[in-house]
Amino acid sequence: MRLVIVAGTPSSGKTSVMIHTIAHLLKNGISVAACKIDCLQTSDDERYRRLNIPVAVGLSDYICPDHFYVANLEEIERWAEEQAVEVLVLETAGLCHRCAPAVYGCLSICVIDNLIGIETPKKVGPMLSTADIVVITKGDIVSQAEREVFRHKVEIVNPHAMVLDFNGLTGKGSLRLKNEIVKSKELDSITGKELKYPMPAAICSYCAGETIVGKTYQMGNVKKVDFGRVDQCLEK
Amino acid sequence: MLGKISIIGGLDKDGNPEKVQRLDIAAGEVLAVVGPTGSGKTQLISDIEQYADGETLTGRTILIDEQPMDQGSEDKELRHLVAEVSQNMNFVIDMSIEEFLLMHAQVRAINNPQKTIQKVLTISNELSGEPVFPTDNLTRLSGGQSRALMVADVATISNAPVVLIDEIENAGIDRLKALKILTGQGKIVLLVSHDPTLILMARQRVIMKNGGMDKLYQTTVEEKKILEGLIGQEKHFASLRDHLRSGKRIGMKNENKEEWYRGQSFGTLSAEYQQIPGGNAQGARSEDAGETRDRDSN
Repeated sequence: MRLVIVAGTPSSGKTSVMIHTIAHLLKNGISVAACKIDCLQTSDDERYRRLNIPVAVGLSDYICPDHFYVANLEEIERWAEEQAVEVLVLETAGLCHRCAPAVYGCLSICVIDNLIGIETPKKVGPMLSTADIVVITKGDIVSQAEREVFRHKVEIVNPHAMVLDFNGLTGKGSLRLKNEIVKSKELDSITGKELKYPMPAAICSYCAGETIVGKTYQMGNVKKVDFGRVDQCLEK
Repeated sequence: MLGKISIIGGLDKDGNPEKVQRLDIAAGEVLAVVGPTGSGKTQLISDIEQYADGETLTGRTILIDEQPMDQGSEDKELRHLVAEVSQNMNFVIDMSIEEFLLMHAQVRAINNPQKTIQKVLTISNELSGEPVFPTDNLTRLSGGQSRALMVADVATISNAPVVLIDEIENAGIDRLKALKILTGQGKIVLLVSHDPTLILMARQRVIMKNGGMDKLYQTTVEEKKILEGLIGQEKHFASLRDHLRSGKRIGMKNENKEEWYRGQSFGTLSAEYQQIPGGNAQGARSEDAGETRDRDSN
């Protein structure tokens, strides 16, 4: 199974980008499951569900969503394996920009848009700098000059990533993103893989700087995904 | 420098082969893309922008100087293939024109940025009736000023060999001059337009239908003559607008009133135009030139 981790600034179009891209994967006969990690509520799962693919939702509630995300990676992986899919798309909320969800061995995508301001790529920090692919959206409403300058600013923060222009409304760019997912390496197991960037101090072991995935590395306040909600929705 | 782009036809919405199976556009040339909404104009442009290799919805293949997309070095090649100016685009950066152009010139690693910025401003002010100054804030420009600056910037600073112009007819800029400036830089211009004057400015036009390239027409000598008539009419229209905007009155006859614009000549030109095949049938029915003028002014 390939694990694709999608992060990005709020309202940058993460879900739209992935829905267009998943549609291409499905067209190629590749099975996909999607999991959305959010804080208090989300309706993005409804949008994924319209693709007729298995969808899970994890709400972190009182826990920092990034810590919640990493503490649940094994469980999410197991869930996706039960769905017997070839690609798991894991979309995170990405709110405070302090953390980055990228894990070595997974394909990480960062979605940001042209409207967030020319100095913002610097502020987005590790979520942007650790991504394998940076997807830039909303280019259709700003000038060519701003697109070129913005892209340059992104490349300064992350010189290694492939930078891809994407139109979340029309899906332009989705084909290339699909090809990158197909090209990416399969993951044998998430257990033992390492975060590319440590998470900040708070209340669980990851807050204290733990970067290894797995139950034995977890201490303190750890919350797990309630897959019950998923089953309920699938039955509908 | 890029020499030409070729589009190898794929399938229309019903899966039938496109009627136009190959289309070439050379550097310095304009291709107009025309057709009703939903006919596939956007998808055609999108195929070119994505350097399609048979895998998009349409199955088209794009060749650049006869070469299909090179899987190995695709990103570097593709990065700045297409620059785009459309009616929906705005400047969103809160910065002065000068500061921003300097930033853009630095991104492009241009040697003498001050000179380049001067050139951009000169072109921009030629295209828009209302001049801008280097210290003006980008977000406070009018629609016409913004579009003029975008075209000037694309022609001068951006190094994309292909420029897509998407429905700028209402942008309030001298769009004929804009096309000349862009093609004069050796760029390939793709023009999505419903404007007859702009469509006829192109060397060729592709007519889209049901998602496919249905017809490919070269602009004929006769059409070029019609174009001259249209351009003349537009000049009259522009001077009429200038007269009204500068507080002058207009009338049917000169009547020795120096400051009055002779609306009669505008009406006469309309009448000439009606004799041209494919002219404005609605105008042809109108016997009263004054009435035509009123309608046109609306």
